[in-house]
Amino acid sequence: MKMIDLKFLIKGGDFDKVGTASSETKKVLKQLNIDPKVVKRTVVALYEAEVNIAAHAYGGEVRVTVSDHQIVALLKDEGPGIADIDRAMLEGFSTASPKVREMGFGAGMGLTNMKKNADELQVESTPGAGTTVKMIFDF
Amino acid sequence: MMKIEKIVQLLDAHILCGHHRASDTISHAFSSDLMSDVLTLDAENILLITGLANVQIIRTAEVADIHYLVIVRNKKVSEDIIAIATELNMVLIESPYSMFKASGILYTHGLIPLY
Repeated sequence: MKMIDLKFLIKGGDFDKVGTASSETKKVLKQLNIDPKVVKRTVVALYEAEVNIAAHAYGGEVRVTVSDHQIVALLKDEGPGIADIDRAMLEGFSTASPKVREMGFGAGMGLTNMKKNADELQVESTPGAGTTVKMIFDF
Repeated sequence: MMKIEKIVQLLDAHILCGHHRASDTISHAFSSDLMSDVLTLDAENILLITGLANVQIIRTAEVADIHYLVIVRNKKVSEDIIAIATELNMVLIESPYSMFKASGILYTHGLIPLY
């Protein structure tokens, strides 16, 4: 399979556009006839990650690469970063604003759900600079 | 199994988009205003009953492979949102009933809860 490389930008606070990267990625993965279960795992995790950038960061970039047996999603943001990643990974822990909660998010389930859906999840963060999330999905 | 048109009738509702799928049938439903919860569901082809009327319900439904949504309590869905749902071939239904009443009616008529 020819390697496919997708790139999207996300603006912090732009909740009208959040989900665009996941939506476009879903279309491409479906066209590639990738197993629907893998497609769902990928786009659910990617959407959670997009929401996190819109909810917490000033802006970020999403890159999705698809190769023979793997999908890699790399999300880099500029933002406040995560002070304590282990704590952020705990289900129920959230620093989301009331506005984000009103939209149906911010329950502290995003990172847990990303971990559940991805075969591999790496989170690196520099407080005051930003966060990088890498997710790998095998198929 | 229940037809979409039966759901519309039971909930005194109307279809905002996806009229051509009114005779589709579904068996299971889930009620939530927490999209994070919807994103953890291990099921497709369900009915989502929600009190939210923002674009996130459509994006959440899209990634979660949910095609049928009931928006309760007469929350007004914007034309932009209806346009996105139409493009995604979803069925959006608007009901004046509360989430509790809508869920209760559908439950007593045989729709199965996911959990």
